This record gives sequence, structure tokens and C-alpha cells, in this order.
Amino acid sequence: MIAVRDQRDKTAFAQLFDFYAPRLKAMAVRTGMRSDEAEDIVQEVLLTAWRKAAQFDPERAQVSSWIYQIARNRQVDLVRKERRPVPEELKLPDADDEDANQVLGLEQETSQLKAALSTLSEDQRIVVEKAYLGELSHSEIRDVTGLPLGTIKSRIRLGLERLRHELKELR
Amino acid sequence: MSDIKHHIPENLIAAYASGALGHHFALVVATHVSMCTQCRAALAAHETIGGLVLEDLDAQPVSMGVKSNLMAQLDAPIEVEPAPKRMGAYPGPVMGALGGDVPKWRSLGFGSKQSILHNDATGSVRLLFIPPGQAMPDHGHNGLELTLVLQGSFHDEDGAFGVGDVEVADEDVEHTPIAGNGPPCICLAATDAPLRFSGLVPRILQPLFRI
Ligand SMILES: [Zn+2]
Ligand SMILES: [Zn+2]
Repeated sequence: MIAVRDQRDKTAFAQLFDFYAPRLKAMAVRTGMRSDEAEDIVQEVLLTAWRKAAQFDPERAQVSSWIYQIARNRQVDLVRKERRPVPEELKLPDADDEDANQVLGLEQETSQLKAALSTLSEDQRIVVEKAYLGELSHSEIRDVTGLPLGTIKSRIRLGLERLRHELKELR
Repeated sequence: MSDIKHHIPENLIAAYASGALGHHFALVVATHVSMCTQCRAALAAHETIGGLVLEDLDAQPVSMGVKSNLMAQLDAPIEVEPAPKRMGAYPGPVMGALGGDVPKWRSLGFGSKQSILHNDATGSVRLLFIPPGQAMPDHGHNGLELTLVLQGSFHDEDGAFGVGDVEVADEDVEHTPIAGNGPPCICLAATDAPLRFSGLVPRILQPLFRI
């Protein structure tokens, strides 16, 4: 993804496609779309990822979560036929100024979260999947089955604070 | 803005991340996240799980032409729609809902005003403008109500709410928010059901004001 963002590397993008297109299709089909409609979404989502690549910030998000976010936005727009309200974008620090520790830290937190997900019972796993595919309402999502979100939250927050600090110095 | 004390509940952030949250609440969540680092981080954490769920889905084969079709579009010129920009007390998502324009206020009497941003069978979201020291009509709730302070402050039976704070009220809450001293209180308020007013007059006015 970094190669896609910084070098506009099409080979790297093709790899991204190979991994995400079949999964994005599965996600769209799951919400009741026909196969051809789902493939349209896949194209739109990945094209958006290509075009908005400059906004990808590895200090704050993993590639999968960034693509997940684009996909959910697109799907909500389609269902509601109006723009989904999205938070203001934060400015990005210079790419060559990225804090490798922060990026690595987020990666580690994410793999720990992944490991935690894999220890869930089958029933819990199904609930998590349903919740994040948008199949549960806010009142049905209780505590998101006790996932250990605290550490990853503080890791992401660190990236945000750093970003905010830099923005302040720019002013 | 680091002194925000009242945040969006976790389940609403998760529902927003997954796209399951209705439009009215989604606007409040997106606006609060624009103002709050803590909830921005929480949202990103939920999106991380979303990403892991996505990675884990059983892949579905994609038709032959999709990839080449997409690759062929990469060099096409891009029409980027600029994201709505914050204006004064109104963060980007609110400006988006206002269509980039200033709010069209309608009087609620006694100097209070509202501007309905969106209203349909599933609920409503509006801006409220309350002069310092003025009370909102006393009311209960048939569903959930989120009230986010954009300017000034208010207090009620549940506590004090300043800029960036969200009050979460449900069926059990009957409250009378009163705007604090200082600048007029401007709130973004969303509900998924009509409010119940306890006073007679507001009940008569209810259909008129679509509260
Ligand atoms: Zn918050
Ligand atoms: Zn209320």
C-alpha cells in the first residue's frame, strides 16, 4: 500500500486487488447483492483506494481497516442513496517523516487483536462477523463480546496526538 | 478540545463503523469524531476489527474482466469532490448536511431556534439554538436521543455539557436542558423517535415544529 501511495506502483496495486477483490466481493454478496452488483462495488472501492491513497496513514490504520472503511462508506451511500456523514479528515504528516515505531506498534497491536479474535468461540466469532458486516443494530451490539480494544485504541491515539502536535507546529 | 467529558457510547461507534447506524445518529457520531481524538481512536480501533473480519472472509472468485477493467481506469483523470469544510462552530459533517450553507433557523419561541437537517420515519437530526439561561422544553424520549454541543454549554439533571460533549438520553430520561451563561448554546440533536413533552403547550406545538 505504501508503494501504491508513494510510487503509484500499479504492480503493487494489482497485488492489493488479488487479495482484497474476492473478499470485498464476499462482503457485498453477504449484504444481499447480486454477483455483478458486488463486482461493481469491488471496482469502485478499489478505485477509491487508488485515488485516495495519499490519505492512507500507516500510523493510524492498517490497509485492511482502511479498505474496510472505504467499502462500508460506499455500501451505506448505495443503500441510502445519500452521502454517509464522515468525520473531517486529518492532515497527514510528510510521508518521509513517518514514525516507524508507531507504525510497527500499530502492526503489533493489530496482530494481538487478530490473535484475540482467533481465540473466540464459534458463536462469539459469528457475532463479531455479523456486527462488523453491518448485520447488527446498535442496540444489538452490546459490548462487542469483550474484545480487548483498549491497547489498540491508545496506540492509535498516540498516532493522532503526534499528528496534532505536528499540525500545531505548522501553524 | 481535550476537555470533552461525555463521549459516544462504544456500541454506537461500532455500529457507525459497520455502517449499521441510522443516518441521523451517524451524523452526530461523525461530527463528534471530528472534534474528539479519543473517539476517533475508538472508531479506528473498530475499523481495525472490521478490517480483520474482511481479511478473514471466504474469498469469492471475481470475474475475469474486473481486474483489467479496473487497471485500465487508474490513469483516468479524477474528479475529487472536496470534503465539506468546517465553518465557525459547525464541523465538516454538519456543513455537509447544511449543503455548505448557513443554517436556516426557525423560531421555537423565547429566542430559541431550530434548523432541521434531516427528518424521516426513522428519526430526525436538527440544530438547536438556545439563548443563554433558556430552557429547552421538558421532555421524555420514546427512543434514543443524542445531543452534541457545538457552541456554548447546557446542563440538566444528568450533568453539565460543554463543547464536544454528547448527552445520551433514552426512554428512562426525562430532562430539562438549560443553556449555560456565555455564548448561545448550539447543539446537534438526533433522535430515532419523536420526543414526548410533558407540558401541554409544547405537545400542541409538536406537530408544528416536528420535534
Ligand atoms: Zn469522544
Ligand atoms: Zn432530550
